Amino acid sequence: MSETASRTNPKGDEAIDRHLEREYEAGWVTDIESDTLPPGLDEDVVRFISAKKNEPEWMTEWRLEAYRHWLTMDHPNWAHVHYPKIDFNAISYFSAPRSQADGPKSLDEVDPELLRTYEKLGIPLHEQQMLAGVAVDAVFDSVSVATTFKSKLAEAGVIFCSISEALQEHPELVRQYIGSVVPYRDNYFAALNSAVFSDGSFVYIPKGVRCPMELSTYFRINAQNTGQFERTIIIAEEGSHVSYLEGCTAPQRDENQLHAAVVELVAHKDAKIKYSTVQNWYPGDSEGKGGIYNFVTKRGLCAGERAHISWTQVETGSAITWKYPSVILRGDDSVGEFYSVALARGRQQADTGTKMIHLGKNTRSTIISKGISAVRAENSYRGLVRIAPTADGARNFTQCDSLLIGDQCGAHTFPYIESRNPNATVEHEATTSKVSDDQLFLCRQRGLDPEKAVSMIVNGFCKEVFRELPMEFAVEAGKLLEISLEGAVG
Amino acid sequence: MLKIRNLQVAVEGEPILKGLDLDVAAGEVHAIMGPNGSGKSTLAAVLAGRDGYEITGGSIEFLGENIAELEPEERAWRGVFLAFQYPVEIPGVTNLEFLRASVDAHRAYRGEEATSAVDFMKLARATSKQLRFDTDFLKRGVNEGFSGGEKKRNELLQMLLLQPKLALLDETDSGLDIDALQIVAEGVNTLRSKDRAIVMITHYQRLLDHIVPDKVHVLSGGRIVRSGGKELALELEEKGYGWLEEAAA
Ligand SMILES: Nc1ncnc2c1ncn2[C@@H]1O[C@H](COP(=O)(O)OP(=O)(O)O)[C@@H](O)[C@H]1O
Ligand SMILES: [Mg+2]
Repeated sequence: MSETASRTNPKGDEAIDRHLEREYEAGWVTDIESDTLPPGLDEDVVRFISAKKNEPEWMTEWRLEAYRHWLTMDHPNWAHVHYPKIDFNAISYFSAPRSQADGPKSLDEVDPELLRTYEKLGIPLHEQQMLAGVAVDAVFDSVSVATTFKSKLAEAGVIFCSISEALQEHPELVRQYIGSVVPYRDNYFAALNSAVFSDGSFVYIPKGVRCPMELSTYFRINAQNTGQFERTIIIAEEGSHVSYLEGCTAPQRDENQLHAAVVELVAHKDAKIKYSTVQNWYPGDSEGKGGIYNFVTKRGLCAGERAHISWTQVETGSAITWKYPSVILRGDDSVGEFYSVALARGRQQADTGTKMIHLGKNTRSTIISKGISAVRAENSYRGLVRIAPTADGARNFTQCDSLLIGDQCGAHTFPYIESRNPNATVEHEATTSKVSDDQLFLCRQRGLDPEKAVSMIVNGFCKEVFRELPMEFAVEAGKLLEISLEGAVG
Repeated sequence: MLKIRNLQVAVEGEPILKGLDLDVAAGEVHAIMGPNGSGKSTLAAVLAGRDGYEITGGSIEFLGENIAELEPEERAWRGVFLAFQYPVEIPGVTNLEFLRASVDAHRAYRGEEATSAVDFMKLARATSKQLRFDTDFLKRGVNEGFSGGEKKRNELLQMLLLQPKLALLDETDSGLDIDALQIVAEGVNTLRSKDRAIVMITHYQRLLDHIVPDKVHVLSGGRIVRSGGKELALELEEKGYGWLEEAAA
């Protein structure tokens, strides 16, 4: 932390001091350079985080309000997700990017299973090292690539940076939009995230600009270490277009078990935001140790007429996934889409779905959800389609397909439809199928081994979603499913 | 090529094949006929290695190797092909990707490189044309929404691309109109060669008019009860199976 920072935020400094004292009391000698807080959460922790990031005062206050609200909330209980109670005081809420010195020294020290997966995904060696947290030279290919792309973006007037950077460079924009789509009151994990968010991405596309590239493909390595409470904001001004890719098909190693991200999208009149996610958290070692709990609040607002927001996601990995990317269709004729593949295997639990809130006239939404359960996994789809009285002529089409592999897994579908407008059309289709013995035998008779056969059948099942993904991502997603399903057939 | 001795097979504890003998030499075409439920599809499934069929006695030798314990794909790689009586759908998987994966799996077994997308496309197009499929056909999901006749022709397409040593056709002619039957028969005939064998399960002489068999067998009550030349099929057409069943009983 710099000198300037401490001068501009004296209040923050006090908080830091108090913390240092407390750490000392606890018998720990903490080097301020290490930038890591001991476990525990209170107002001082919130102030400390804000101060460390040299945030404007309104931001600190907002975090504190969120924290105070969080204290009044109860930990949610969901019928189909089971996990041990989380002790929020056992978590450390601030740690600067992990020092490379703590990581493995070379790939030889990395879990060979993980490396095997990287190889199968065809991830280049230097990326493998980055992903596995191996110390590497600061200069490698993608840095210069990143720089080139950054200047290209700047030319187009696109802002693409971390939230921390945006808070310094464009505080007025952050202030206008943060919490505008996902208020901290929204839910338990959104409140927690608002209080303690670590970092994330900030994207701003000016009026009429078509973002010259898919955002984040080239940046995925640099975007590591955003921490467990990630916050992302994407704003598309009138008539602009952007396609944002989140995540990475490689299993991401992370010491933090709890992840509670918030993503807010705002599409103004005639703007389009396409947000694609391929999420593959490190599922833990063979005993499942280190599996991630992933509680995410993602929501988009179609603020203007004919705005268009599309969520596409492919989820595998985490021990527990709870997320409902949603769209609020406020502008007349706006469009919301949700395409999802969720794979749960082993003892994973996935509870995903979407919410489409129709407010404007002639708003349209499409939901295509593909759930795959293998072995003993439980996969739930929970979808809400709400049509407000104002949403004349609104239309929704929902299709929920579940595929079971094996006979000890489960798929659950919970569609909630609240239509308060008689001129709206809501259609829902649901199917549950099994990878049948006949299909498997046909494939094997044609020379495919059982794993290849299952992965092919599953890929076919997911086709409608995969074709919504950018090409590169779709190929990776296909491979990812194949790897994830290894050992799922016996 | 194929030597079956005293083969006994049970399904869910119920004996279905009860001591079946069959010899098929390279270059030959055999027809297996017999009443419904006599075990014809069971024989085909057992040869292809389907789960759930318990071999309780006897042996299956293919090209000098006992294949009874091999996995279905291992038999396929060695050249055993089964054209299914009821081809199943695989939604969302295009015919093209399915065919290519299948051909590449066979190539990998032989230590050959995977096909290039372009070469494979050419080959698949030419073969589809031979079976009178239009070009869109390769882009459709495997058997997805196909008519009965299309499904059967699709089995042939797979067979012609894989060029198996032993082709087992389970009622591939059932449900075909005369034109489709002609197309299928032409396809099968192109596969005939001195180092391949074809075993056709059928109820109808009309297929055998197009693909003339070297030998005809009647399967009844889990055994081959009569074998003969192509004239046996004509006799069956005339008299039905009753006289043989009575003779066997
Ligand atoms: N999977 C199965 N489970 C139980 N019985 C079966 C099964 N498959 C075949 N069978 C029985 O085995 C006998 C032979 O069937 P099949 O081989 O299909 O006869 P075919 O093809 O000659 O008409 C029939 O009695 C049939 O009911
Ligand atoms: Mg049959």
